[in-house]
Amino acid sequence: MNEMINQFIDNEVKGADVVLFMKGTPQFPQCGFSGQVIQILDYLGVAYKGINVLENDSLRDGIKGYSNWPTIPQLYVKGEFVGGCDIVREMFQNGELKETMETKGIALEHA
Amino acid sequence: MAMEAHEIKALIVKAMPDADVMIEDLRGDGDHYSATIVSSAFAGKSRVQQHQLVYEALQGNMGTMLHALALQTSAPDE
Repeated sequence: MNEMINQFIDNEVKGADVVLFMKGTPQFPQCGFSGQVIQILDYLGVAYKGINVLENDSLRDGIKGYSNWPTIPQLYVKGEFVGGCDIVREMFQNGELKETMETKGIALEHA
Repeated sequence: MAMEAHEIKALIVKAMPDADVMIEDLRGDGDHYSATIVSSAFAGKSRVQQHQLVYEALQGNMGTMLHALALQTSAPDE
């Protein structure tokens, strides 16, 4: 897999507490699943960095190899892959996402 | 790009012979399904690992032939 892209992804994943690889931007998500995760993060009042994989095909493919996860969006907290839309929504609904954020020292404004 | 529900089920059962698989076609377009899968293969695995097992069973179809597959995975005794 393209080493440059892998390094770029690694830097991004470790460069911010909460990173979301998504289709589109937080202001204009271009996929329902990405939009759902954005809504959840906004509801929790989590600060996050949205990275638009649609801007770069090798990024769009590279992220799937990086995490061994075939779909977008992909949520990372403190450098660790948390899941895609299904898992994030399930964790949010049962309170696990908020707990994970708190135990990893991520500030939550609204929750 | 689309898959039939029975194709998805067959691939999953091939990889996890004991799996109890229920597939629901969410939009009737062959591209958006949900799958509820119970298998001993999931025992002791995190949710991410469980879903990765399913994606491996789908042999590269996930994200290519198949756009969306909402997964509910669990081991028999969970």
